[in-house]
Amino acid sequence: MPRVFLVDDHGMFRSGVRSELAGAVDIVGEAADVGPAIAQIAGCSPDVVLLDVHLPGGGGQDVVAAIKPEHPDVRFLALSASDAPEDVIAVIRSGARGYVTKTISGAELIDAIHRVAAGDAVFSPRLAGFVLDAFAAGHSADLDRPSFDPELDQLTTREREVLRLIARGYTYREVAKELFISVKTVESHVSSVLRKLQLSSRHQLTRWAAERRLA
Amino acid sequence: MAPRRPGRDDGGMVDQANAAATGSAADQGGQPSGRSGSGSWTAWLDGHGMRSVRGPAVAGPLRRARDGRLFGGVAAGIASRTGLSVGVIRVVIVAAALGTTGYLAVPYILAWLLIPAEGAESNIAMKALTDKRGIGLAAGLTSMLAIALVIASALNAPWVTSLAVPLIVCAAGLVLISRNASAEELAYLRSLADPAGLTATAPRSRRVLRALIGAALIISGLVALLQGHERLALLRPLAGIMLLVGGIALALGPWWLRIAKEAVEERQARIRAEERAEMASRVHDSVLQTLALIQRKAGDQQQVVQLARAQERELRAWLFDGRAPGSMEGQAATVADGIRLIQQEVETQHGLQVDAVTVGDCELDDDLNALLAAAREVTVNAAKWSGADSVSLFAEVEPDSVSLFVRDRGQGFDPAAVPADRKGLAESVRARLARRGGSATIRSAPGEGTEVSLVMPRGAGDRMARRS
Repeated sequence: MPRVFLVDDHGMFRSGVRSELAGAVDIVGEAADVGPAIAQIAGCSPDVVLLDVHLPGGGGQDVVAAIKPEHPDVRFLALSASDAPEDVIAVIRSGARGYVTKTISGAELIDAIHRVAAGDAVFSPRLAGFVLDAFAAGHSADLDRPSFDPELDQLTTREREVLRLIARGYTYREVAKELFISVKTVESHVSSVLRKLQLSSRHQLTRWAAERRLA
Repeated sequence: MAPRRPGRDDGGMVDQANAAATGSAADQGGQPSGRSGSGSWTAWLDGHGMRSVRGPAVAGPLRRARDGRLFGGVAAGIASRTGLSVGVIRVVIVAAALGTTGYLAVPYILAWLLIPAEGAESNIAMKALTDKRGIGLAAGLTSMLAIALVIASALNAPWVTSLAVPLIVCAAGLVLISRNASAEELAYLRSLADPAGLTATAPRSRRVLRALIGAALIISGLVALLQGHERLALLRPLAGIMLLVGGIALALGPWWLRIAKEAVEERQARIRAEERAEMASRVHDSVLQTLALIQRKAGDQQQVVQLARAQERELRAWLFDGRAPGSMEGQAATVADGIRLIQQEVETQHGLQVDAVTVGDCELDDDLNALLAAAREVTVNAAKWSGADSVSLFAEVEPDSVSLFVRDRGQGFDPAAVPADRKGLAESVRARLARRGGSATIRSAPGEGTEVSLVMPRGAGDRMARRS
């Protein structure tokens, strides 16, 4: 059973998640803000940290940034009600393994936690949509700024297909069936997209997030 | 406008009492439209929207008139008190002020300050006594008198003094009035100042005109000063004046600046208060109303969930996208807007969750509106028939086309043996899209849910627009 740590500033929400996850995971602690979260996670080294994107004392990415270097084994799953793409992308780029919205069902959340604990990436339809948008072809910004690592800066056709299906509401298993590939292959595609998202130096990503903020 | 009273013919006691009680001598007359004073200039004043308040002398203390005022309502007040024509009184006041280079305008301002307005308990001066900033501002203005006096003595020109003293004293009095008059009176004053370009909200052309007039005055003043001194040596006193003015400005400048700064800060505080009030009213209209509804419907779980979800969406749209609550009702302008509208509508009306994801965005045209209408129909259909508790809605805007997918994990059906209603829907959606060059495909199997995909090529006009 994966050991899970809960970071969210709403006590109601924490207790709700606790009761939904009871029995399926081992909740080893919870915190309401950045400071206490960093202190406690370092102490109990959980497998997965369920992390709210918005916290009173800063963004969820501050927690990831503080824990990652010392405890590379701790994995983060962002969980948020936020629709703001730049916040979500910021948490993912700081090192979170996935992003799900708070409207997710208990069973799906448990599934997502297990997946992250196993080292896979978890893409909700919304995150898949964000990534497709950010990496969309034909953005003029790509033309006036040569890429240093073209492989990191664009998605393959297959990755695009996988993301599209996830955005349409398909589970990994359904994606695999649809594309006649194994679930393992779907997982590796998604992990590769996550890597690109985290490592790409794309000017495009920043610009895209900024544009979305203005919209 | 109340009907005018016909001359001094019916000033009976009862009428007088009435007039005094309502505070107006002009609205009790029974006979309408008996034009007084025949075609005199009072009628001309009337023609310009200024009512000549003329009637019987009214008993009671002197009050500044609220109706028929031009500035402070002093003349109209005297007129209603004495029964004289307000026009005559105005001419006398203006002539006296002009004849004395403005000295007699000071009593007018004083009267404005000291005589309470009709229906008011106290005068403006009483309130001004507690207005420390206002007094500071007025004192700051008065300190400019020093400069005027220096100029006057240096130029040996007593007319400067006789112009400056009443002007500055009047300005100081007006500052106190404008800060302490009642809100109603202020609104009236603003409506006077607006067309003259004296307020910040005045149209640009007016403000430019004001600046031009100011510049012209300054230049002609300088020319007049220099012409009086043909030889350069005689300009020395002028240089001396400049130095003195500079010195005084240095000495008193910080004080003036502080006064100006306080005025700005006060304005900002007011703006903040207004913003807070607007925020409060928005929250009240949306969140608080919904919370009240939820309390009342606490027993009906389905309803509560629906209300909370709709409210959450609206609040989020307001906080993150800057759309004011309630403004979503209108027509959508872009694909993403349209998808959001569908999501909101179906969630509210059918009580199931709609997970909407949009990639890219573009303006809506007729074709895309048809696509969205089809998407809405398909989504509503899924909400009604699938039995699932959530529907996924995915839209992707690509350079050449817009694709839309509506997926549910409900009971599904066998497309080969379609129930009549579903078939009807599929046919109507498919036909409607086909007419505009689009297409619709349905994939479903019993127990595996349904997915409808809709594709619409993007219009030629749209593509042209993106290229330019």
